[in-house]
Amino acid sequence: MKQTRTIEIVTGFFIILGFAALYVIATSATNIKSYGEAGYAVTASFTNIGGLKTRAPVTLAGVEVGRVTKIALDPKTFNAVVTIQMNGHFNQIPDDSTASILTSGLLGEQYVGLSPGGSDSYLKSGSVVQYTQSALVLENLIGQFLSNAGKSSSQGGK
Amino acid sequence: MKLLREAYYIVLGFLQMLGACGIFLLKLLRFTPQALGRPGLIFQQVFNVGAMSLVLIMVSGLFVGMVLGLQGFNTLNKFAATSALGTVVALSLLRELGPVVTALLFAGRAGTALTSEIGLMRATEQLAGMEMMAVDPIRRVVMPRFLAGVISMPLLVGIFNAVGVLGGYLVGVKLMHVDIASFWSQIHADVDLHEDFRSGVIKSVVFGVACTLIAVFEGFYAQPTAEGVSRATTRTVVNSALAVLALDYLLTAFMF
Repeated sequence: MKQTRTIEIVTGFFIILGFAALYVIATSATNIKSYGEAGYAVTASFTNIGGLKTRAPVTLAGVEVGRVTKIALDPKTFNAVVTIQMNGHFNQIPDDSTASILTSGLLGEQYVGLSPGGSDSYLKSGSVVQYTQSALVLENLIGQFLSNAGKSSSQGGK
Repeated sequence: MKLLREAYYIVLGFLQMLGACGIFLLKLLRFTPQALGRPGLIFQQVFNVGAMSLVLIMVSGLFVGMVLGLQGFNTLNKFAATSALGTVVALSLLRELGPVVTALLFAGRAGTALTSEIGLMRATEQLAGMEMMAVDPIRRVVMPRFLAGVISMPLLVGIFNAVGVLGGYLVGVKLMHVDIASFWSQIHADVDLHEDFRSGVIKSVVFGVACTLIAVFEGFYAQPTAEGVSRATTRTVVNSALAVLALDYLLTAFMF
């Protein structure tokens, strides 16, 4: 009798430990927090999103306020339409804020940075971010630089 | 010509074993409701299969995590990217190493025990005795062990992962002085609850079914001799390992 009791206690301990381990891993070693709040979805269209991926963070003043959930192509304007799931805590962001695509980190992951505007009305579910700034593409930058340099040197020649 | 014939028989034997295993699984599933009606039997087997593997799983998990921490640190250090160490450790454990290594250890520790136990019951005609008493040995002997294996595996994988991440943390942060904040914040940012954690759990359940099924199948159909039982035990380990690695590839290809 005593032996079966020990067995039962050890088995119970094992089961509790197993579930506790799964719980700890799920809560403290994953991005579970970004799934917590229901939040609201807004969209923004960019002429070029560079290397932005879904699940990329959306930050305001460096604080993560949402995540990119969907990237689609507008068939008429050929703009990239980025759907952002905002965290429900941040429900007082002016609706004339600017969204820009920025680069961070060692591997150059891209994220969406919001800079707040001055409007009295706030972004809400279904809003469209009006002011956007596309990703900087290195090749285009170099091209611009070269053509500018060419112009100024030809002007200098005149 | 002879080679061809041998290959033919090997393929045929493989198909036969796969089919027999599948039929056995169906037989087992039919008894699931009745087996769940006697949870005492299942929990006793959870003790044998799961709780007894606990120390082995925890020690292995700790060392695997520590090795990952060391190897990851040395490699990442070349690119001055040691802040990504947490991600490397957690992702490799949750997605691959946790389920696979636990399943291989499980096959060696618990699978062999199941096979030899059931095989010896067969050899000493205990199973035949049960049939004489109108007790179905699949329901009374095999089914609780099978369910216990399926229950235990995800729990063991969870423990393995938790201890593994702890091992990586110990080596990375305490020994190699990786910044503690970047270690955890990188994990929080890059390990996805659905994509990484959930698919690891799915893997562990599939491996649990596969390993336990092979173990009880080999035991139940072992030749009732000393040599037969020993062969069945060997086959359990070999087939479980092959099944786990092959299934791992398939699941990874489907899920990621």
